[in-house]
Amino acid sequence: MSKVLIVADHFDGDLLASTSKTVNCASEISEDIDILVLEKDSIISPQASTIDSVKNVLSISNEAFEHPIASSMAPVVAEIANDYDCILLPSTTFGRDLAPRISAILDVNQVTDIMSVEGPRLFKRPIYAGNAIQTIKVADGQKILATVRTASFKELGNSNNANVIDTDMPAVDVPSHTRYGGVQSEKTERPDLQVASTVISGGRGVGSADNFELLYELADKLGASVGASRAAVDAGFVPNDMQVGQTGKIIAPELYFALGISGAIQHIAGIKDAGTIVAVNKDADAPIFEIADIGIVTDLFEFIPELISKLD
Amino acid sequence: MEKILVCIKRVIDYNVKIRVKPDETGVVTEGVKMSINPFDEIALEEALRIKENGDASEVIVISIGPDDSQQQLRTGLAMGADRAVLIKHDEEIEPLTVAKALSEIVEKEKPGLILMGKQAIDDDCSQTGQILAQLCSIPQATFVSQVSIEGEKATVVREIDQGLETLEIDLPAIITTDLRLNEPRYVKLPDIMKAKKKTLDIIESSEMETDFSSSIEVIAVTPPPPRESGIMVEDVDQLFAALKEKGLMS
Ligand SMILES: Cc1cc2nc3c(=O)[nH]c(=O)nc-3n(C[C@H](O)[C@H](O)[C@H](O)COP(=O)(O)OP(=O)(O)OC[C@H]3O[C@@H](n4cnc5c(N)ncnc54)[C@H](O)[C@@H]3O)c2cc1C
Ligand SMILES: Nc1ncnc2c1ncn2[C@@H]1O[C@H](COP(=O)(O)O)[C@@H](O)[C@H]1O
Repeated sequence: MSKVLIVADHFDGDLLASTSKTVNCASEISEDIDILVLEKDSIISPQASTIDSVKNVLSISNEAFEHPIASSMAPVVAEIANDYDCILLPSTTFGRDLAPRISAILDVNQVTDIMSVEGPRLFKRPIYAGNAIQTIKVADGQKILATVRTASFKELGNSNNANVIDTDMPAVDVPSHTRYGGVQSEKTERPDLQVASTVISGGRGVGSADNFELLYELADKLGASVGASRAAVDAGFVPNDMQVGQTGKIIAPELYFALGISGAIQHIAGIKDAGTIVAVNKDADAPIFEIADIGIVTDLFEFIPELISKLD
Repeated sequence: MEKILVCIKRVIDYNVKIRVKPDETGVVTEGVKMSINPFDEIALEEALRIKENGDASEVIVISIGPDDSQQQLRTGLAMGADRAVLIKHDEEIEPLTVAKALSEIVEKEKPGLILMGKQAIDDDCSQTGQILAQLCSIPQATFVSQVSIEGEKATVVREIDQGLETLEIDLPAIITTDLRLNEPRYVKLPDIMKAKKKTLDIIESSEMETDFSSSIEVIAVTPPPPRESGIMVEDVDQLFAALKEKGLMS
């Protein structure tokens, strides 16, 4: 059976849900799954060891991994990858930054965004913002290197107690040409966009940053996360990490509200896997209604307050 | 720096509604509008601004693709690039191969900076820049929304899932662009005329050292599964009722 190695995605001391979703994808390929954690001190490895279906957690603690610099991590992953047949990373900004550098070192073609496993070497992946689906086969005998579309896989349980193996830093050159200068992120108490079961998104129609408060209020009533269209981000209503779509986050909540969003294909690309899409738009011809499960033609400034009051 | 290399790919225009061919071999391209990949247009705009700012002396656009890619290179020249290179290859190729071919050009031209898109909107791979950076053993900054050049270094802001990350990188380096980096300029008619006189070198892929064969086989290209058609409701009460029916609200 093929041996799978997953590179853990973590931020600020927390293992991210994307890692568990990647393990879920791996479990459809093999039962022999290890996670590689590159970190500064061993904070993440114990978290990774609880993910169901994981056999071993290889933990490399080193100053070089204080921040996720792809050029520092790639040679290390490539070295560890020698013992594996399949290397998977989540298709988050972390995985997409790192995986291709591994592809270059190993000299194997990378598969981006596995959305389903059709056979040990057969995968489906979206192209053209999800408007077409490719079925591809990785040649026999070649290592599989891929990123996993996290919206296509659910998080696994956390009742495992996998071995944590402290692993020596391989003797590879870690370049010094890239220096970390900090991350600016807005802390929020709301659930993460990529794991929330309900997401409320606003578009240009919301009109201003102040008006987004209305969406936050609704979100807090529903225990939801808040997202946005690119137009809303570009207009400065909300920060970039809230963008949903082809070039933002690809999400799969059970319930999605699109408020004042027209429904451009690039936005739809990010919500194709949502369970139920509710669209609120004052223009009855907005394309969002073509894909919405429930549509309502109304002014969002009347709709949201009424919805909030009826939720009380 | 002397040169900036900008990689541009010819893709189906982002406004075109994609149709899958009935024989499942790909998507319909006949009679379809083709453009520069939007992220690459942003990469070119940034290169031109760096040059206009006096931090570079030449901007070279390069594309790998069919002969018709000359159109996109000419558009790049009309935007303001100084010269163009086309590596002519008719079949679709994977990022690893593209990056290997590009690395041959990098070796020859020795640019101080390489700008490319964070992803091509046809294959959505998001790989080529990072592979090229590793092949050339140089830094990368992906998904970038802000660039400032300071001599032999650049400071960049990247759009990551958690927010905005700042990196300082030594040059030469590869920067892949995100949408918010800039707004590309419009091409003016006189510039289109001027662009016709600029140099566009064509290299056959068979003249390159890179092996253009592939190890990933595309078995089929199919349309995405359709979503069930939805309903319209009149008011909030009807919405509640519909959500209750789906078990989404108690
Ligand atoms: C390469 C590329 C990648 C892209 N990636 C993304 C991406 O990842 N995510 C993304 O979202 N976009 C992306 N875009 C942009 C996309 O094409 C659209 O421009 C964008 O999604 C439009 O945002 P919008 O729907 O908020 O704005 P608009 O299209 O302007 O729509 C606003 C809507 O609000 C409605 N409205 C206005 N006022 C009200 C009101 N009071 N009540 C109710 N409704 C109201 C209007 O009727 C309209 O339908 C990308 C574009 C390109 C070229
Ligand atoms: N055939 C090509 N010719 C020139 N540049 C390319 C080509 N393919 C990819 N690129 C560059 O690499 C970026 C990322 O492409 P991809 O890895 O395919 O998503 C694109 O935005 C281009 O800048």
